[in-house]
Amino acid sequence: MGTQTIFFREALNQAMVEEMERDPAVFLMGEEVGQYNGAYKVSLNMLDRFGPRRVVDTPISENGFTGIAIGAAMTGLRPIVEFMSFNFALVAFDQIVSNAAKTLYMSGGQFPIPMVLRGPGGPAAQVAAQHSNVVDSLFAYFPGLKVVSPSTAYDAKGLLKSAIRDNNPVVFIENEMLYGLKEELPEEEYTVPIGEAEVKVQGSDVTVIAYSRMAHMIQGALEEFAKENISVELVDPRTIRPLDVDTIAASVAKTHRVVILEEGHRFCGVGAQIADDIYSRCFDDLDAPIVRVTHTDNPLPYAKNIEAASLPSPAQVIQAAKQVLYRL
Amino acid sequence: MAMLLSMPSLSPTMETGVITTWRKSVGDHIDVGEVLAEIETDKAVMDYEMADEGFIRAFLVEPGQEVPVGTPIAILSETADEDISETEQQAKSQAPAAAPQPKAQDQPPAAGNGSGQPPAAPAAPQQPAPAPAQPPATPPQQAQQAAAPPQAQQAPAPSAAPAPAAPGDGRVRISPFARKLAEQQGLNWQSLQGSGPGGRIVARDIEGAIAGGAPPAQAPAPQAQPASGAAPQAPAPARAAQPPSGPLPPFEDLPLSMMRKVIARTMTQSKQTVPHFQTSRKVRVEAFLELREQLKAQFPDVRISINDMLIKACAVALRKHPVINSQFLDDRIRRFNTVDVAVAVNTDDGLITPVVRNVEQKGFAQIATEVRALAEKARERKLTPEEYQGGTFTISNMGMFGVTEFNAIINPPQAAILAVAGVMREPVVQGDDIVPGQTMMITLSSDHRVIDGVAAAEFLATLSSIIETPLAMLM
Amino acid sequence: MTPTSSGPKNQQERAKPAVHPAPKLLSVKNLIRREKDVLDMLGRDKLVEMFHRMMLIRAFEQRCEQAYQQRKIGGFLHLYIGQEAVAVGMLAAVREDDYVSTSYRDHGIALAMGIPPEPLMAELFGKSTGISRGKGGSMHFYSKEKNLLGGHGIVGGQIPVGTGAAFTARYQETDRVSMVFFGEGAMQQGVFHESANIAALWQLPCIYVVENNQYAMGTSFERTSAVSDLTLRAQGYNMGGYPVDGMNLLECFHVMHDVVEERRKHPGPALIEAKTYRYRGHSISDPANYRVKEEVEGYQKVDPIEQVRRLLAELKWLSEDDSKDLEKQARKEAVDAMQYAEESPDPDLSERDLHVYAD
Repeated sequence: MGTQTIFFREALNQAMVEEMERDPAVFLMGEEVGQYNGAYKVSLNMLDRFGPRRVVDTPISENGFTGIAIGAAMTGLRPIVEFMSFNFALVAFDQIVSNAAKTLYMSGGQFPIPMVLRGPGGPAAQVAAQHSNVVDSLFAYFPGLKVVSPSTAYDAKGLLKSAIRDNNPVVFIENEMLYGLKEELPEEEYTVPIGEAEVKVQGSDVTVIAYSRMAHMIQGALEEFAKENISVELVDPRTIRPLDVDTIAASVAKTHRVVILEEGHRFCGVGAQIADDIYSRCFDDLDAPIVRVTHTDNPLPYAKNIEAASLPSPAQVIQAAKQVLYRL
Repeated sequence: MAMLLSMPSLSPTMETGVITTWRKSVGDHIDVGEVLAEIETDKAVMDYEMADEGFIRAFLVEPGQEVPVGTPIAILSETADEDISETEQQAKSQAPAAAPQPKAQDQPPAAGNGSGQPPAAPAAPQQPAPAPAQPPATPPQQAQQAAAPPQAQQAPAPSAAPAPAAPGDGRVRISPFARKLAEQQGLNWQSLQGSGPGGRIVARDIEGAIAGGAPPAQAPAPQAQPASGAAPQAPAPARAAQPPSGPLPPFEDLPLSMMRKVIARTMTQSKQTVPHFQTSRKVRVEAFLELREQLKAQFPDVRISINDMLIKACAVALRKHPVINSQFLDDRIRRFNTVDVAVAVNTDDGLITPVVRNVEQKGFAQIATEVRALAEKARERKLTPEEYQGGTFTISNMGMFGVTEFNAIINPPQAAILAVAGVMREPVVQGDDIVPGQTMMITLSSDHRVIDGVAAAEFLATLSSIIETPLAMLM
Repeated sequence: MTPTSSGPKNQQERAKPAVHPAPKLLSVKNLIRREKDVLDMLGRDKLVEMFHRMMLIRAFEQRCEQAYQQRKIGGFLHLYIGQEAVAVGMLAAVREDDYVSTSYRDHGIALAMGIPPEPLMAELFGKSTGISRGKGGSMHFYSKEKNLLGGHGIVGGQIPVGTGAAFTARYQETDRVSMVFFGEGAMQQGVFHESANIAALWQLPCIYVVENNQYAMGTSFERTSAVSDLTLRAQGYNMGGYPVDGMNLLECFHVMHDVVEERRKHPGPALIEAKTYRYRGHSISDPANYRVKEEVEGYQKVDPIEQVRRLLAELKWLSEDDSKDLEKQARKEAVDAMQYAEESPDPDLSERDLHVYAD
């Protein structure tokens, strides 16, 4: 039972490598994934290992190569499409929505689309508005797509493997700011099922629901919560769609208070959906209305201070926790 | 020489006043003893008589504007046209802040939401009156506004920015989970004060109420209190009894059960807030008992008790005297259209009152069946909230214990409760003779806010006549 | 500013435009060498079969029009009338295991692939026996069995998908090819250019067939394309460009045949521009006011079906009477298909939630 201490990006690399070894139909395509070894080095050494047939560098043609991947998925292959960032996936939105999400249905079940669309999403550091989109709710909106967003290297590896094996188009949103995190992972193979949330931290005062970078942020801020005498139960959905409402509801039944944290905007954000699910399921368990902490309602600016003021911080989550605890 | 006239304190409890009418106009001369204005105080509209004479140079408040005692309301000068600018300046600097706090607290308003205080209402009569009229120089204090009659206020102090101020619509707000908790514990949360925003009752309020009846001021956890730290202006019930001094005789402490805590809290509150008075009547029950015997003979399989029949009799009487079947709500009296009779049942743990609904539509048999079922459930602690909540009237029957007379404490928010004592065999006057008879003492405890003496007496008279001539129930 | 050496005139010279054959009316008198070879290659039976199939498409589309007017077909309906030679000629030149993708104007293509008219009409009627179980409709015919990858609603949406099928052929090292049909309007979509570039870069066996029916929806070709010779676009992406008279069945067949045979040996893309004419409006709801009556009548002379009928008669491979019988037969098949569709059941309501996700 050995362990390995590796970077988050390496965990993703291992997932892809393992799956490509396992199934010859799996291949990787995207900008700079081959010769450049990946814009963020996630596909390091994969070209050497698998060759250009299976690790395919594309021109800058997101709509085109995403559609090509869909055609390949329809005819027996299992593509992994890497977007250099999910901001560019919006160029391919038509292919993803019109074809990836809907072909199985429109064809009366004849053509499943087993593909993974992955890459980093969300704000980075001062990369300004067009490079900082949080796109999870855009994709989660369409039935036919699955949306996954892991917060730890362990989850990332396990979920990416599951995504590759899934016969549906899975939008797999990573976060650039997490790529450099080191974590201890098992050496032997494992998967993490899609559609299962995890209670990352047990607590009793308030349920904080957060995923991806935000979950990581809370994990790192537990001491600040402790100083305020707030016992946080951190629930990480891990998969946005399908959402594991059961795990969330169990936590709400325990703490009776909810703060939902996300890096995206408030209106029609993922948190709005989660709140709706909680109000429907757990109305009688709530001692306070749900409080959401989100990106403010403006495109993300370049200047460091207003960028920081636009994004959630642990202090805001603590304030929100106090609000639901009636300690303000 | 010019002077400022200020809102006078026309009663010891007056905090603010409203000029309803100026009886003079600007420019007029006024003499000592003349009335300057009619002022509405907390008690009545009163005339404000001048202690000075002079010329009225300016009015500083509008009719209808409520200002604290001591606020400048007019400028008077010796002569008709001397310069009053200095006095005007003085008036401006003493002008009141915005309308006085509707319910002042000791803590600063910035202390965030809902560390609400229970209303001073129940305690109002007990609290010392705030300082009477201030000298004009002193800015008006944000003294606590005395409530007029003691009122069961539903919402505590308005909270700061995040939460809206307690809406004055009389609704009690409670979080879903707190409600669930309350119902699980059999707590009547309607009369609790919530510490949440807008007066919302939240889980810790229920937990606090269960834990000892003290209105919870802060969250239970031992962390930094919000700025207030104010001791709740809790009325007497919150204060634990002081242990007696001196050596104690041997004793045993028993923990309080949930039900005991609830009874303690409810009964205390009832006695403290509801002005009880009792009216008694001794009724002749021969005909009533005879009726029961007849029914027993005719329907041997149906078991009806005297109490079941009394419940029905009360319902009939209540329909004729709806004032008894009512409730006092702060600003109105609610008169119920159905008669839901709560029946006091004794359990190991204490007293509980399951409710038989719509008694006016039910016959003896159905009442009897329901009461039996409810009593059994009560003893097994299996009553659901729907079964013990509500009720427009209560009957407490201690007849089986040989009690000859007693009076009961009203179950708020009901307006009355009937105490039924035992059937006694004793001499009674019949015509000019003394004969053995059977009597029963019934005592009605009434809420004087709703029911006046005559109403109580009339109800008892009707009830007695029904009991003594049971066929009247058919009318 | 004076035109530079990269101005239009010089560009055209350098790019060496393909020679467009002059449209003609098929006759034994004017067959070129290649067409004669094709006749030998195909033989009478095959040609008659193709002729029949063209008439089936025509009859089918006419029935659709009628059914739509009877409200039995709803939504959008895009008819293939006048373009039959392209579908039948080109699809006769490829194998069943080759991939085909096309636009919403997919009835003719599907029939030309040998998919029977019954499940197609049933799909149009929205019945459970439809080829897409009634969940796609006119614009979304799919067949796993015959490798028809749709039926796409978004203009140009099929182009990268079809290119992806060619990718699979290359990846799996088969000699299958992928044919992608689209109209000339779709060539203005960015995704065409992305796909063509990648296909040429990676040498994918993808045959792009642009059916230039002169009109993109209601806008004539000259008003939407900066170049009138679409094969020039092929030059731009370093792939072969092949002009075809889309009304000439034999030419459609032999050009596709030659292109595909080559690509099976040496994978790489190609662009075929088939000039055709669409008799009806863009779709059923388009009254086609933008055309002039004479224009329409002129082209009916070059009706691809009529051309083949005359040729078959001239070759004495099929008499006029037999021709008429075959036509009747085709019409009957279309009517039978309608009957089948009428009698088929609606989809079960449980279909609503089925196939949203794969297991």
